[in-house]
Amino acid sequence: MATNDGSPVPARTRPVTRRQFATCAAAAAAGFVLTACGPKRLYEMPRARLTQAIRDMEARYAAQYGTTVSVSDAPPIAGVEFAYALDISRCIGCRRCVYACVDENNQSRDSQVHWIRVFSMEKGKGVDFTEADPYYAPAEVPEEGHFYVPVACQQCKNAPCTKVCPTGATWTEPDGIVVIDYDWCIGCRYCMAACPYGARHFNWSEPTIPKAALNTNTHYLGNRPRPKGVVEKCTFCIQRTRNGRYPACVEVCPVGARKFGNLLDPASEIRYIIEHKRVMVLKEDLNTLPKFFYFYAT
Amino acid sequence: MKPAILLGAAMLACAAAVAAVEQRPGPQPSAPQTSSPQTPASQASAPAAEERLEVPPPPFTDGIFPCSACHKDLKVNRARRELVEMHTEIELKHDAEHRWCLDCHDANDRDHLHLASGELVSFDESYRLCGQCHGEKLRDWRAGVHGRRTGDWNGHKRYLLCANCHNPHQPRFKAIEPKPAPQRPARPGK
Ligand code: HEC
Ligand code: HEC
Ligand code: HEC
Ligand code: HEC
Repeated sequence: MATNDGSPVPARTRPVTRRQFATCAAAAAAGFVLTACGPKRLYEMPRARLTQAIRDMEARYAAQYGTTVSVSDAPPIAGVEFAYALDISRCIGCRRCVYACVDENNQSRDSQVHWIRVFSMEKGKGVDFTEADPYYAPAEVPEEGHFYVPVACQQCKNAPCTKVCPTGATWTEPDGIVVIDYDWCIGCRYCMAACPYGARHFNWSEPTIPKAALNTNTHYLGNRPRPKGVVEKCTFCIQRTRNGRYPACVEVCPVGARKFGNLLDPASEIRYIIEHKRVMVLKEDLNTLPKFFYFYAT
Repeated sequence: MKPAILLGAAMLACAAAVAAVEQRPGPQPSAPQTSSPQTPASQASAPAAEERLEVPPPPFTDGIFPCSACHKDLKVNRARRELVEMHTEIELKHDAEHRWCLDCHDANDRDHLHLASGELVSFDESYRLCGQCHGEKLRDWRAGVHGRRTGDWNGHKRYLLCANCHNPHQPRFKAIEPKPAPQRPARPGK
């Protein structure tokens, strides 16, 4: 970054010694490591600058999409840790959630960035991703002898993806949502390699969203329109849930298989499920500690 | 040799600094808030069991309600039979050997359902009828686990009636057409 205090940068005239070089290299390495773990981008900005940045962003989107777009920076709610539960005994694999998510979260239409993938599996074989089929297309679902496992970001408590990010562009918020700051993502896709659930998606091309289809209610760390070359994924509909609402997929599910709530609230449906139902997480042996649970209501 | 030591020392210092950063207590960011503060989660309260639940209107066929429009002038016929004059589209596939219309619909007040106790129940509380035989489902439903709730996860919630998803006469959930599958990724050379 350029210095903007106007101080002249002294011209380097003498040749660099080995010692100076080593010191510089060490300093650079230290800086690199510190940026990866240090204070987070969005919150690093002074409030006035953040307000301005968001206003600029809104203006840019407004010009691009010809409509008023609001970008929220709503913070986590104190005393809230979000969790999700999905009833495998109910899901019929209809994919209503996939497309409700695309619409709500402004995912690219042409390149089919789908934050939710639904896998068809055979009863009797259990949850086995090596034989799962995401491309099933029968006339009607559910198909005899099959069950369905929708997969999106598992919002891991011990998230492998955030640890490998070289720029600190992705981190876990206090309410448990793993977020990405698209302005700091450099598109290296380390996080995609680290994610055991295939839940992160890359914009290989400029995202396409029909102007009329844009969801103008957005969040800085969520569904605001993304540029080409960044990674994105489910944020538990941060623009809705930090406003107290249910995620879009929960509200669209025709069989009511999707449940969402506050893990810290004993009266939430999530706590009810954990206390009364058979609950599991995907790839438990990897110790990622997902906050996305799968359960069997019957 | 010297530069290597220096580099090592620098890295150690970095590691210490990193550790210090990671050990900072409390939730990480003290977010500058440009938007209004959120309501604390403690305000979220479970609806009292007796509280009237918000449900959509019962999914009646247009013009069928009130039932009394016809039934006030019709003689009650308690016989189990094939209906020929009216309601011919209703085929009972719900424990049909043991069940007949008037187990659920009230013979004398057709605009209401009735419970085993004889208590009349309006159609926007039909879940109480279902709950008599499906008690565990009703419990799960109230907790938001069977069926579906919409609205606010920490506030006001709307329920769907059992009858919004299950036809009371043939309650098995119908198969539906799935939305399109994603495209398979294009693989070069294939
Ligand atoms: C298990 C209890 C139960 C039984 C048995 C039952 N019904 Fe119903 N019926 C209901 C409920 C509950 C509704 C309300 C559905 C709604 O909310 O729209 C209903 C709705 C109806 C309606 C309105 C349907 C419409 O098109 O909107 C008619 C007519 C009706 N029942 C007739 C009958 C007849 C005739 C029988 C016997 C063949 C019968 N019912 C058996 C519970 C029952
Ligand atoms: C357009 C007039 C009409 C309306 C409206 C109507 N019914 Fe009927 N219903 C009839 C007739 C006629 C019969 C007798 C059918 C037969 O015997 O073949 C009948 C029979 C029934 C029966 C069989 C038992 C009996 O008493 O004969 C039930 C139960 C019933 N109706 C429930 C309902 C309910 C519940 C509603 C409202 C949701 C409703 N009906 C609305 C005309 C109507
Ligand atoms: C008087 C008892 C009784 C009442 C009241 C009752 N049911 Fe049932 N229900 C049964 C029995 C017994 C079965 C299992 C036999 C069968 O599947 O036919 C059943 C089965 C079902 C099934 C599973 C059907 C399947 O094929 O998988 C559903 C769903 C259901 N009921 C929903 C409802 C709803 C919704 C209501 C309220 C409108 C209701 N029931 C009211 C007794 C009842
Ligand atoms: C959002 C839609 C929805 C609502 C609302 C709903 N159910 Fe269900 N229910 C389902 C689905 C989907 C199934 C599983 C498919 C099936 O077996 O028909 C199911 C299954 C059932 C079964 C069969 C047993 C089982 O576990 O498979 C019963 C009984 C039942 N429901 C009763 C009720 C009752 C009683 C209510 C209201 C208190 C209710 N349902 C509300 C969607 C719903």
